[in-house]
Amino acid sequence: MIYADNAATTKMSPRALEEMCRTAGEIWGNPSSLYGLGQAAQEALTDARERMAKILGAEAKEIYFTSGGSESDNQAIRSCARLGAAKNRKHIVSTAFEHHAVLHTLKRLEKEGYEVTYLPVHENGIVTPEEVAAAIRPDTCLVTIMFANNEIGTIEPIGEIGAVCRAAKVPFHTDAVQAAGHVKIDVKEMNIDLLSLSAHKFHGPRGVGALYCRTGLPLYPLIEGGAQERNRRAGTENVAGIRAMVTALEEMTANLDRNAAYVRSLRDRLIDGLSAIPHSALNGDPEKRLPGNVNFCFEGIEGESLLLLLDQAGICASSGSACTSGSLDPSHVLLAIRRPHEVAHGSLRLTLSEENTEEDVDTILQEVPRIVTYLRGFSPIWQDLQSGRRQHLL
Amino acid sequence: MALYSEKVMDHFLHPRNVGVIEDADGVGEVGNAKCGDIMKIFLKIDGGIVTDAKFSTFGCGSAIASSSMATEMIKGQPVEKVMELTNKAVVEALDGLPAYKLHCSVLAEEAVKAALKDYFDKNSIPYDPAQFPDAPSCASCEMH
Ligand SMILES: Cc1ncc(COP(=O)(O)O)c(C=O)c1O
Repeated sequence: MIYADNAATTKMSPRALEEMCRTAGEIWGNPSSLYGLGQAAQEALTDARERMAKILGAEAKEIYFTSGGSESDNQAIRSCARLGAAKNRKHIVSTAFEHHAVLHTLKRLEKEGYEVTYLPVHENGIVTPEEVAAAIRPDTCLVTIMFANNEIGTIEPIGEIGAVCRAAKVPFHTDAVQAAGHVKIDVKEMNIDLLSLSAHKFHGPRGVGALYCRTGLPLYPLIEGGAQERNRRAGTENVAGIRAMVTALEEMTANLDRNAAYVRSLRDRLIDGLSAIPHSALNGDPEKRLPGNVNFCFEGIEGESLLLLLDQAGICASSGSACTSGSLDPSHVLLAIRRPHEVAHGSLRLTLSEENTEEDVDTILQEVPRIVTYLRGFSPIWQDLQSGRRQHLL
Repeated sequence: MALYSEKVMDHFLHPRNVGVIEDADGVGEVGNAKCGDIMKIFLKIDGGIVTDAKFSTFGCGSAIASSSMATEMIKGQPVEKVMELTNKAVVEALDGLPAYKLHCSVLAEEAVKAALKDYFDKNSIPYDPAQFPDAPSCASCEMH
């Protein structure tokens, strides 16, 4: 099997897995308990918090452990919205192609009386700091823009956007779920006020994440209850998951440059090879993208049938077609970069990790063109494109 | 549980009656590219019997499987019988489809009927227009 869906989730690293099992087995006390067993867990948690802070360029007291990217996004946005409302600021700046954890939270806030500006992204999948600056108003209480897009992998100019927000004194949140462990992040240098990350995107376990919130910026809890996470996130801590997350992030950070160079070389071979398929197009900027992200549209075919056939060939991938999302519209990300609906239905996302090999790339480069040709062979759209009854869009 | 039944996967992986019939007696095309599925069905009709059926489909696994199954179900059948084809029968023959894929079977029924209507029109065969409601192909999409 070739696993090329690392943006969906990743396989746990052996070291992270070992740390998770060891911690769950040995340090199983409740960190809030005062006896030794509990205190050992508390210490394990403190140690994990310090190590995570170090990686992000933050301080330990600025790290809050959560259940993952969705929760971190929800809390960051809701907290800033509440803070804004107290000052009569109820405007938020974001982009049209955020993850649903952000978009759906913003949609809900709109129903609650907030106003949201969704910046359109350019065709290369990038928003500019100037556009962000122009969208900020006196009543803006939050700018939330993702670090890297989960579908097309484009990396936004986060440091520059951070500088714009800092100058305007507006809190800046970034969903770095796809970026953490894959590209360098320094929250101080980049003027990031809040940042979300999720362990399972960098070879940690599913269901664990973190929220960084800069000292001085109040953070309201989303989950009420006990006094865990300094009253910002109730619930007995998932110490084993948290330790595994930090282990994985440290490992990824230590090898970041080497991994990125290797994965990027695989990615670029895939991009070159797939570009040879007639009437195909790469989605997102070719340079400013995550090392492992490949995302193409192929005219005349539909993504789900492509995925099913790739699965038969032992290749795990994903698509932004409507059928794969269970909704009627194709991916909002592909629509945001202005791919027409009919083209967006024929998208394929391959996301690589350091575990992939040159042979994997060879196999993918054999199978994808074969399957695209096969599906086009009985596609009425392709027949119309060939006969000139329909104009090519790619 | 897998997304699709074994029957659906069989018809998706080994679609029956793929292709076009150049001198078809009736051709029906439904769906639209914007919604992500188009089905085109070609019929050969001789002495009131559908002697051959082929399809071209742009769409997901269940759209391809529904086209394949529908063509299998109508081949060799008299036109009157083919008129009675329902999406429900296609779904049953496929051992079920996930709820949000049911519209694929609707498209298959509509494509077959559109091909029959084309055959009636070409041959000036009278029919009750009520039997061909203005194909709300892709109705789910337009509702959206
Ligand atoms: C950009 C982005 N944000 C948020 C999430 C949600 O993360 P989680 O699955 O940990 O809740 C994901 C993962 O699907 C993502 O890719």
